[in-house]
Amino acid sequence: MSVVVYTESEEGTFKKIAQEAVSYAKGIADKMGVPVTAVAINGGDTSELGKYGADKVLNVSNDKLSKFNAEAYADAVAQAAKKEGAKVVVVSSSANSKYMAPLLAVNLDAGYVSNVTELPESTEPFKVKHSVFTNKAFSITEFKTDVKVIGLAKNAYGVKENEAAGTAEDFAPELSSEDFSVDVVSVDKATDKVTIADAEIVVSGGRGLKGPENWEMIEEMADILGAATACSKPVSDMGWRPHSEHVGQTGKPVAANLYIAIGISGAIQHLAGINASKTKVVINNDPEAPFFKNADYGIVGDAFEVVPKLNEKLKEFKAQNG
Amino acid sequence: MKILVCISHVPDTTSKINFTDNDTKFDTNGVQFVINPNDEFGLTRAMWFKEKQGASVHVINVGGAETEPTLRKALAIGADEAIRIDTEATDGFSVAKQLANVVKEGGYDLVLGGRESIDYNGGMVPGMIAQLTGANFVNTCIGLEIEGDTATAIREIDGGKETVKAKLPLVVGGQKGIVEESDLRIPNMRGIMQARKKPLTVKDAVDANAETQTAQFEKPAPKGDIKLVETVDELVDLLHNEAKVI
Ligand SMILES: Cc1cc2nc3c(=O)[nH]c(=O)nc-3n(C[C@H](O)[C@H](O)[C@H](O)COP(=O)(O)OP(=O)(O)OC[C@H]3O[C@@H](n4cnc5c(N)ncnc54)[C@H](O)[C@@H]3O)c2cc1C
Repeated sequence: MSVVVYTESEEGTFKKIAQEAVSYAKGIADKMGVPVTAVAINGGDTSELGKYGADKVLNVSNDKLSKFNAEAYADAVAQAAKKEGAKVVVVSSSANSKYMAPLLAVNLDAGYVSNVTELPESTEPFKVKHSVFTNKAFSITEFKTDVKVIGLAKNAYGVKENEAAGTAEDFAPELSSEDFSVDVVSVDKATDKVTIADAEIVVSGGRGLKGPENWEMIEEMADILGAATACSKPVSDMGWRPHSEHVGQTGKPVAANLYIAIGISGAIQHLAGINASKTKVVINNDPEAPFFKNADYGIVGDAFEVVPKLNEKLKEFKAQNG
Repeated sequence: MKILVCISHVPDTTSKINFTDNDTKFDTNGVQFVINPNDEFGLTRAMWFKEKQGASVHVINVGGAETEPTLRKALAIGADEAIRIDTEATDGFSVAKQLANVVKEGGYDLVLGGRESIDYNGGMVPGMIAQLTGANFVNTCIGLEIEGDTATAIREIDGGKETVKAKLPLVVGGQKGIVEESDLRIPNMRGIMQARKKPLTVKDAVDANAETQTAQFEKPAPKGDIKLVETVDELVDLLHNEAKVI
């Protein structure tokens, strides 16, 4: 018996969410007194997973799995979980993991809870806390099933070092042609930009910026901070910015460490998507803007004056602090 | 083509979220319920298939009689028939089992659901239906074309998108992009009148135990007051030394 954790990688490098998922799996495993087995699919050098608490790594190397495929990946992880006699399987909450998780739960006849924010409050009965109502509340949910699939919310638990053996073992799941009946024809990914999903810091602009020509200063701030850029819904609706940058309830969720909102009013639908972010900064010329009630730090002022000054200051700061 | 659109009946976005019975039940008092936004995008895409390529469109909800106005609204938008499975929707897996049963019996070619519902945000029902019925599945779908028995779908991934091809039957977890918001339809008077005459069938639930159960709801701790600062120097200092985020 062990806790099995699926570790996401890209081009042979584990993602931060994989490190976080292993850290979290280790937390559960300690509560249950069992080891952690990580499943790595074409993960490259798996030795680093031991650092976060993986006692064993099941290494799947298979060219057919070079592109993510939800059904095939779900099958591979389910077979690994069965082989290990896992009662708990942990996955992350990237778009791909969220695609795979419900398939995995059916394969294992397991209950599935997504957006989990903490270690289980108890393991018998098994109860976990997860965010619901688009981060406006939490539910403490009890599993009724023998096997449980847990989707960890991004940035909720953090990466924790916890040295373990990380012994690697090859694992070859049996895959059928049916696993590949959804065929990935092409992938179109911006490789040079930090994505909202992976970003630690997100710099976001709203209608207060008046037009797409004013986004240069937002891009500049993102550049200085190594951040992703984002926007409110009207901004993407008007075509000032691509739809992929629209955050909020109907757009992307953001669980960053730092969210900087510039010229955004802070409507409830916008806040719903960014509530899971840890530190929120607002720059807005209207002291009555609702965002001021929901942020940690704020400057009441004109974005066109504040942002260039802030950029200069941040540049200086980065030059000094690396 | 036979299309089934799964409709989740959810509190309107602006609803205040409260709980009753010792924080074990969602307080529906004063809450306006709507078609789950992600499902509404799928419903609108279904209407497009119906009008452009010919399709029959059924909508379905698992829930008590209180969800019928939401189903009637979907009929008023243009769906041909509605089905309600008469049982409380307690967890995603059991809802998926109820729906999978109807999908199998009804021989649907395409099942459209949403990426997630905005109440429990589970993000599991469409994927589970697909796996339970042996259909193909595409999640976070932002574009869908169907020719003969083959679907070409565009899917949003972290940092981009990908194009996939799959044979029908197909289950889709849709979101904004599968149609644009400007394409969404507001039911007109004629639609509302017609909806009253369209069939709304109530079906008994099959045996499907819930796999999970809410023990308790909690609200996030109230937020501390904002720190307003005058200068950018002060802000950078706080972000570095207090919040430790830069
Ligand atoms: C069903 C539904 C779903 C929705 N989903 C989303 C969603 O996912 N995401 C989302 O963002 N919205 C969503 N909305 C829209 C939302 O209600 C708001 O309309 C939107 O968030 C407002 O965007 P904004 O703050 O950029 O624009 P505005 O409301 O126009 O606010 C602009 C802000 O900029 C400030 N400003 C103006 N000039 C300056 C300046 N020079 N310097 C500094 N500040 C300035 C103003 O004071 C104001 O506060 C949704 C709405 C509905 C009905």
